[in-house]
Amino acid sequence: MSATEPQAAPTTDAPIRTDMVIVGAGPTGLFAVFEAGLLGLRCHLVDNLDKPGGQCIELYPDKPIYDIPAIPRCTGEELTNNLLEQARPFHPEFHLNQQAESLTRLDDGHWRLVTSAGTVLEAPVIVIAAGAGSFVPRRLPLPGAAPFEGKSLHYAVRKMEHFRGKHLLVAGGGDSALDWLLSLQPIAASTALVHRRDEFRAAPDSVEKMRALVAEGATSLHFGQIAELHGTDGQLEGVTLKQTSGGEERIACDTLLAFFGLKMELGPLASWGLNLERNLITVDTEAFETSQPGIFAIGDIATYPGKLKLILSGFHEAALMCQKAHKYCRPDQKLVFRYTTSSTELHKRLGVAD
Amino acid sequence: MAEIFVIDRDGVEHSVTATDGWSVMEIVREADLPIEAACGGCCACATCHVYVAADWLPKLPEMSRDESNMLDEAFQVQDNSRLSCQIPFKPELDGLTVTLAPEF
Repeated sequence: MSATEPQAAPTTDAPIRTDMVIVGAGPTGLFAVFEAGLLGLRCHLVDNLDKPGGQCIELYPDKPIYDIPAIPRCTGEELTNNLLEQARPFHPEFHLNQQAESLTRLDDGHWRLVTSAGTVLEAPVIVIAAGAGSFVPRRLPLPGAAPFEGKSLHYAVRKMEHFRGKHLLVAGGGDSALDWLLSLQPIAASTALVHRRDEFRAAPDSVEKMRALVAEGATSLHFGQIAELHGTDGQLEGVTLKQTSGGEERIACDTLLAFFGLKMELGPLASWGLNLERNLITVDTEAFETSQPGIFAIGDIATYPGKLKLILSGFHEAALMCQKAHKYCRPDQKLVFRYTTSSTELHKRLGVAD
Repeated sequence: MAEIFVIDRDGVEHSVTATDGWSVMEIVREADLPIEAACGGCCACATCHVYVAADWLPKLPEMSRDESNMLDEAFQVQDNSRLSCQIPFKPELDGLTVTLAPEF
């Protein structure tokens, strides 16, 4: 899970030019790198997670997958690692911890994509392999929470220094909550942890350390769910806790760090002017191209009659998409269809030539 | 035909045909009621969170460790909270009533 927020300030670096920009580094995006690589195309990938793998790595790294052709059983993490290894000869470049924010067409017909971190990518082809959207921190669903967000209510730690001398309340029972509680406790004025039950899914070692802090009185521990925030002008003064035991409790704090996991949302690409149908992008089934020439959509985010949201569908879509993408990237080159078993040209690209 | 009752976030009750062997999440989703179920039913998110009517709670399969861990990512968790993907429908659950938990 991403524990740091992406840098918000846009940079003015020179644009990165490449053949294909892939939005989403899940299994479909990773396999698109491979298929594009076979055709001699280079790829850059953008993903809001801090690592490649998408849902496979974020939601079910340890859960078995049984329906990948010729792989009777693998976990989400194993699938990701295998796809990364398969893509390695083609040197994909990853822009992680950042969301694809804006997309504009340039005079030469290429596309310019700018990320939330200010990375500027230019390419003739954009491939949206964004699954169910990008992973973003789940926000505190209280009606009065918005004014506090970014001021005294945070969902990630950008700079630890920001928490020095604060009366910090951390909410959550997973690794992010406990890791940050343990890291910030030495520099905060006071720390408290709130979780809905006396059981923590964080690593046992962190749970032990947290309990030791509680035992020596360095941190307080509360069981319940935050029901109300108190404060003015975005400055938190305390929260009301609905205790798991039934009562209510007020906890004084000036800073709240809430970790309720990540959720997926379509984000800025919803406003890129693509044809959407129930939050999915409609494509043709010949090349998986969207209503905009040069913009493709593959994997779970793409829809067409008969679509099945399976990883193997994304693989198939990636292969077909690359055929048309090649025309945009190498308009003067004729594409010859070749097999990896026999083509010396492909062997060279794969780095397996004798 | 077996059915379950689903109370949506506006408090409206829907009677939905229930198929033996489907999870309650799948029954709700296939009836086009608003349930996100982002992970598709592998107990890897908490977006199929429902509240189960009190008299039905003891009739449900016990909650696994995985499910109670995932409920940590839900909000407004109550004693009758369950992840609906973890409740397989069977004939004894004919008439089960669940309320869709708030989305966030």
